[in-house]
Amino acid sequence: MSDVKKFLYLNRRAPYGTIYALESLEVVLIGAAFEQDVALAFVDDGVFQLTKGQNTDGIGVKNFSPTFRALGDYDVQKLYVERESLEERGLSEDDLMEVVYEDEDDDWEEKPAIRVISRAEMADVMADADVVLSF
Amino acid sequence: MSTLHTVNKSPFTTQALVSCLNHAKPGDAILMIEDGVYGGLGGTGLTEIIAEFGKNVSLYVLSPDLAARGFDAGRLIGEVEGVDYDGFVDLVTKHDRTQAWL
Repeated sequence: MSDVKKFLYLNRRAPYGTIYALESLEVVLIGAAFEQDVALAFVDDGVFQLTKGQNTDGIGVKNFSPTFRALGDYDVQKLYVERESLEERGLSEDDLMEVVYEDEDDDWEEKPAIRVISRAEMADVMADADVVLSF
Repeated sequence: MSTLHTVNKSPFTTQALVSCLNHAKPGDAILMIEDGVYGGLGGTGLTEIIAEFGKNVSLYVLSPDLAARGFDAGRLIGEVEGVDYDGFVDLVTKHDRTQAWL
């Protein structure tokens, strides 16, 4: 089927305080089964979803952050993170977990899925999408 | 008479923390919980203003909420102290009232 659309999942909320972040991830995993061109965008407080070292033992809530690392297995290869959003929150790329995918066009070599981009580049990513799903 | 204020929203998303800081009296305490704990982080665009308020009010974050979000006490502003659930209860008993900034 050639009718592939570009889906962009826009994440602007921190994890755990609301259900949005977890619900977004659930929808991404469901949507990934339909073989569309899927990308995730992390903007504003959404960048907090990808911090490494999350430990929810103390709050009685499931830590869903390891699930991001499984996205590569669902052929989700693009996690765009906005640099300005990181900086405004005192974060850098070093604070983010590692997410990789295997590139079938390059002998299945593991490559980083997280791409830190500028606000202007993020605007281009958004404008390039056929469908934007917001969380 | 003093008040314990609780803030459970990210300061980057709502005005709750800033409004709370603007209303708190000297001697009050502010406990940042849930997504509010992001307000305790150092090196953010809000760190300076929050640290300034920390001279007159006591600032706390709920440590289990901070750990859930991938940060430890080392990332906190110097004026901000981490407390556990027992510490939360102690703060409630130490002040005359508790006011939530939802």
